[in-house]
Amino acid sequence: MEIEQMVRQYVNRNLLFGESQIMYDDDTSFLAAGILDSMAVMELVAWIEATFGMKVDIRDITPENFDSVNRLAAFLRRCAAPAAVGGNGRP
Amino acid sequence: MSFDRRALEIDAAAESGRIVNFLRRSVYTVLRRRGGVVGISGGVDSAVVLALSVRAFGPERTCALILPEKDSDPESRVLARDLAAQYGVKPEEEEITAALEGLGCYARRDAAIRRVFPEYRPGLGYKARVTLPENLMDVGSLNVPMLAIVRPDGSEDVRRLAPEEASEIVAASNMKQRTRMTMLYFHAERRHYAVIGTANKNEYEQGFFVKHGDAGVDVKAIAHLYKTQVYQLAEYLGVPRAIRERTPSSDTYSAPTSQQEFFFRLPFETMDLLWYAQEHGVPQEEVTRATGFSAAQIRRAFEDFTQKARSTAHLRMHPLSIETGPAGATRGAASGTGTGV
Repeated sequence: MEIEQMVRQYVNRNLLFGESQIMYDDDTSFLAAGILDSMAVMELVAWIEATFGMKVDIRDITPENFDSVNRLAAFLRRCAAPAAVGGNGRP
Repeated sequence: MSFDRRALEIDAAAESGRIVNFLRRSVYTVLRRRGGVVGISGGVDSAVVLALSVRAFGPERTCALILPEKDSDPESRVLARDLAAQYGVKPEEEEITAALEGLGCYARRDAAIRRVFPEYRPGLGYKARVTLPENLMDVGSLNVPMLAIVRPDGSEDVRRLAPEEASEIVAASNMKQRTRMTMLYFHAERRHYAVIGTANKNEYEQGFFVKHGDAGVDVKAIAHLYKTQVYQLAEYLGVPRAIRERTPSSDTYSAPTSQQEFFFRLPFETMDLLWYAQEHGVPQEEVTRATGFSAAQIRRAFEDFTQKARSTAHLRMHPLSIETGPAGATRGAASGTGTGV
């Protein structure tokens, strides 16, 4: 499964619960759309660490890395182990 | 007039009179109560509200309650007693530690802390606090809570909290504010008084309060005032300098924690000016000229204000019902922008 699809699936199941009327695309700001609050950020970090086998540094938990499907996917491609994201990771 | 710190200046005498009239009308006419109960913490907000209540109801119809527990700074009680004496009110004191122990507040909180720091032993002198990242203006990190412990030798360690531990520590700690609310209403009901709230605009609209805790009140006396405006009122009303110059703290965790570290992430002088600018649509160039902050820094601060207001909106809602629906519930929200952290 491509990484953007994994993120979308996580958001739909765990942050929107399949009930939300919030519409978003891969560039929509999670913060502006009301998808991400502090609890959601903590849960998202826990999911990333469990799913991608990486430790997320607090300095990396920024809007630049977390605030859309595309930003999160780019962060994971940069920082997660290559095998976990199915491609090249951080050298 | 160009934008600068004068935008936050108020006519303290006129504002004081306006609030006193509001309190009298609300309590005597609308709520049909005979006076006001104010929980005083030794902080500037409750000091101002006590002074305003005494002006509104007189010292004989104002009940000042001091509600310490074992993690409270001992200085808080001393300052609260002196404050009540200054305004001619004989304070009631209710130590709530035993009630909190009965509820399991400390045991539940400490168990969650030990899952993060197994060495943590409050009985041996360990202290703890929860904070947010401090570098809001420079990095724009998201609001991820961190737990710090202070060892008996003074050394500190900080770790990011997982959702389970963060929720449990906060939920247990919130028992303190909810227990205080219970005692405030005991003293209000036995006198047929109203509970007068002490939350300021920053706390209420940004979501720095406990639902059915310190927000469980009959009247919000200063929820329309920025923190820096509360200080202006405090000076006008003669609140003791020791209280006015004290670092604002929730006085909830055993290790000292300022409100800036715990929630707001900015000094109040900076936050209020930027928040005012955002609320009033002041052009970025003017904000930069008045504050020295770059466009990126201002944007980060604005995003944080909006995000906190949005994510705490549920705290300001009335209970939902089929009759009112979601629209009815949002009428209870303080602002359309608000949400929690």
